Amino acid sequence: MSTETSSSTTPTANSKAKSAAGEYLTFVLGTEEYGLEILKVQEIRGYDAVTQIANTPDFIKGVVNLRGKIVPIVDLRIKFHLGKVEYDEFTVVIILNLNGRVVGIVVDGVSDVMALKDDQIRDVPSLVTSIDTKYIVGLATVEQQMLILVDIEQLMSSQEMALLDTVAVH
Amino acid sequence: MTIDMSQFYEVFFDEAEELLAEAERLLLGIDIDSPDDEELNAIFRAAHSIKGGAATFGFMDMTEITHVLENLLDKIRKHEMALTAEHVDAFLAAKDVLKMEVDGHRLAAPVDQDQVADVKMVLNSLSAAGGVVIKPAPIAVTPEPVPVVAAPVAHESPVQARDDGLTQYHVYLPEIADKDASNLQEELGLLGDVVSNKNEHGRYVFVLTTDSTQADIISICSFVLDPDDLVISLAPHALSHPTPATTAAVPPVAVAAPVAAKVDEKPTDLSAKVKIEEEVGYGLFSEDGKDDVEEGYGFFAPFKPHADAVVAALIGDDTATTVANSGETVAVASVVAETSSDGAAAAPGGVERRSPGRRESDKAPANAETSSIRVGIEKVDQLINLVGELVITQAMIEQRISNLDPVQYEPLINSVGQLTRNTRDLQESVMSIRMMPMDFVFSRFPRMVRDLAAKLGKKVDFVTIGATTELDKGLIERIVDPLTHLVRNSVDHGIEMPAGRKAAGKPEMGVLTLSAAHKGGSIVIEVTDDGAGLNRDKLLAKAAKNGLDVSENMTDTEVFALIFAPGFSTAEVVTDVSGRGVGMDVVKRNIAAMNGVVEIRSALGFGTTISIALPLTLAILDGMSVSLGNSIYVIPLNLIVETLQPRAEDIKTVTGEGRMVHVRGEYLPIIALHSLFNQQTEITDPTDGVLVLIESDGKKSALFVDRLVGQQQVVIKSLETNYRKVAGVSGATIMGDGGVALILDVSALIQMGQASNYLTGAIPFSNNANQKNVNQTNPN
Repeated sequence: MSTETSSSTTPTANSKAKSAAGEYLTFVLGTEEYGLEILKVQEIRGYDAVTQIANTPDFIKGVVNLRGKIVPIVDLRIKFHLGKVEYDEFTVVIILNLNGRVVGIVVDGVSDVMALKDDQIRDVPSLVTSIDTKYIVGLATVEQQMLILVDIEQLMSSQEMALLDTVAVH
Repeated sequence: MTIDMSQFYEVFFDEAEELLAEAERLLLGIDIDSPDDEELNAIFRAAHSIKGGAATFGFMDMTEITHVLENLLDKIRKHEMALTAEHVDAFLAAKDVLKMEVDGHRLAAPVDQDQVADVKMVLNSLSAAGGVVIKPAPIAVTPEPVPVVAAPVAHESPVQARDDGLTQYHVYLPEIADKDASNLQEELGLLGDVVSNKNEHGRYVFVLTTDSTQADIISICSFVLDPDDLVISLAPHALSHPTPATTAAVPPVAVAAPVAAKVDEKPTDLSAKVKIEEEVGYGLFSEDGKDDVEEGYGFFAPFKPHADAVVAALIGDDTATTVANSGETVAVASVVAETSSDGAAAAPGGVERRSPGRRESDKAPANAETSSIRVGIEKVDQLINLVGELVITQAMIEQRISNLDPVQYEPLINSVGQLTRNTRDLQESVMSIRMMPMDFVFSRFPRMVRDLAAKLGKKVDFVTIGATTELDKGLIERIVDPLTHLVRNSVDHGIEMPAGRKAAGKPEMGVLTLSAAHKGGSIVIEVTDDGAGLNRDKLLAKAAKNGLDVSENMTDTEVFALIFAPGFSTAEVVTDVSGRGVGMDVVKRNIAAMNGVVEIRSALGFGTTISIALPLTLAILDGMSVSLGNSIYVIPLNLIVETLQPRAEDIKTVTGEGRMVHVRGEYLPIIALHSLFNQQTEITDPTDGVLVLIESDGKKSALFVDRLVGQQQVVIKSLETNYRKVAGVSGATIMGDGGVALILDVSALIQMGQASNYLTGAIPFSNNANQKNVNQTNPN
């Protein structure tokens, strides 16, 4: 919870103060290409049977057993209404390790790992999107394709993701 | 109430050692000019915890030292006194003394009472003088090195190795009367064959062939003579015929290496001496090889260390002869030292033990050391997870081979069957490593409460509930400290004096209840007393006086939480029981470290309950797994009353909704899990499925699920580690096939069921409070 309070105040300052340069894992959601900091990625695996959890938003697919750990799986395609929601042997789950919390996200596909420099990264204009722009670190252009760099840690710990207990539980 | 406290000694010793090591680390790192308050508090807490433990187990010597130490630390902590280097020195010396006392209790090692007294004196004078420098002269034992003339090995002889399992010992007696000697010979004759010789100095040397141990010999001899004066060695092959060459020749062998050392009248520098012995011992031993170690191991196993000799040696007494005996290497080196002093008795026979660090196994306390090992919890966790994976893999293999032709693949199928059994056994053993009943903690307290009550002149009836509740060992160990503090506090501050209780119209006998129970996703441990309760106004006043930020508008919970502030105590007098305001500080810290929550409920005049809720990070649950649609859920078995398949006529409705089941005269509300969890299932009529009657907090409901799957022990995993709390679910577990099953939170389900009934108006009488519904639906 402490991560949330500290994080919610900083995101805009973050994109300026902290350099967004670094290595990014790029993945596809629908027709858009996204990138997330590679250091947050624990592993990439296929989509296994998940155990549904009652009364949760539809984008939370449930939990899986990841070598003894109970890990929630979030389908970003459902969350952001992108791509076709199908589960087959090609469905990819990126397992993220966010400050010790392990979370899996379902995406359409994983494409590449890219090293991005500061001069390749542009600021995000204010837009109305289903991803709040405060969770977008910047935009990068790589081979005519726009890459949306997401601050995955803050996105996943945001309230709308409902992955964390909010302060008032009951 | 006769409880053998000794079974917990080891735990205390381990704790004390840890705390001492921690205190030492902090002391060594402390910045004398501007000490960190946190560090001072931490040192203070360590001292306090040791004191608490020592008092619990009745190690008064340690309690005394820690009490003095604590007094001084408290002054420094409160900045009534500035920390000086002398303080740190004195604290370190006190730490050494405490360590010595721990060893004294644990290993029957020697305790230097002079040193203890010195440390106490220094601490006291520091405490009184407010920092006047008093040189703790005798504390640091650094006697001047004394020339020790070690004569070359006088004679060395391998021990007689015998096939019949008997050992031959040489027992060197001091000068005693012939009559005593013959008595002794007779006594020793009970152990085995004794041959009595008289050596050239007119002393008796018994050659004893026996299957008994040295400890037995010593205990028999101690009837007649001072065991200090006794020298026992494994019998040399040929006594009094120096045969250095045979040292390595007769395996399995132990080496007796008497070394003559000449010591003048100044205090012996033990370390120098020991070093010589060690060198000798090693030199001889090294040739003997490993087998000898193995063989020799048994000979010395129960050998009792001789305390006084070491004391004497440590303080640099005129111990003339020291036999250093190292059980591990089975090198027996006896040092014959002659004192040229003014008649300080050249007493032969101090027995000194040392462990060159090869093997820990030489005597009873060492046995205790090897019978339990302390292993990091993470390692155990890792083991448990790995075994869990193994079980899953094994289940997969089993599934794969089930399609194979049993005739053609019989050996494979048999082997897998065996693998299955072995895996199950392994899993069970690994699981059992961590789990212990709460009784392990609870049974410490009756004695403590009794003693405390007697000391304070109070009457306390001690009751425990739920002692069989199993709790993770990691948590058990860590809950001991906080619980000790809470129980002490309750007896000291909570329960009033008999006269006071009588005046308040309560029975003279106070009741202190310690309970443990699984509740929802937690284990709740409660310490309840029917004493005076917390006084809100007093707490506020005290807090204001301590400079804490308080206001009259604070809620009771906030006010009660004040007692967790460091240094906050409402006790008028500081006793050695409690009142320093350190206990609650420790309690809160330790419990927070376990991700637990402490809650205080109190009513002035009626008592206080301190409730500790610990998460079930790893607890094993006896569960019933049930299926619903394509999911599996686990219901804690202890909350299941019965399961039944209802007949259509037993299902009743009110206004066409709000289904109930009629079970033996009771109408119980049916909670349909599929509708509560919005889950798809084909079974929507209770007569097609199964009703599981669950009970929690005295309320019963019938949980409607599809099928019963089976009963099994499951490991509770927290959902909250990576996810969040889910209503109606207390945790998750990993099933045999690697899938995740959710564990149902029965009491939450009952509440949810009532709430949903309430909302849909299914149950009439809905103008009443939810909780009443169950009763209300009872017909009459």
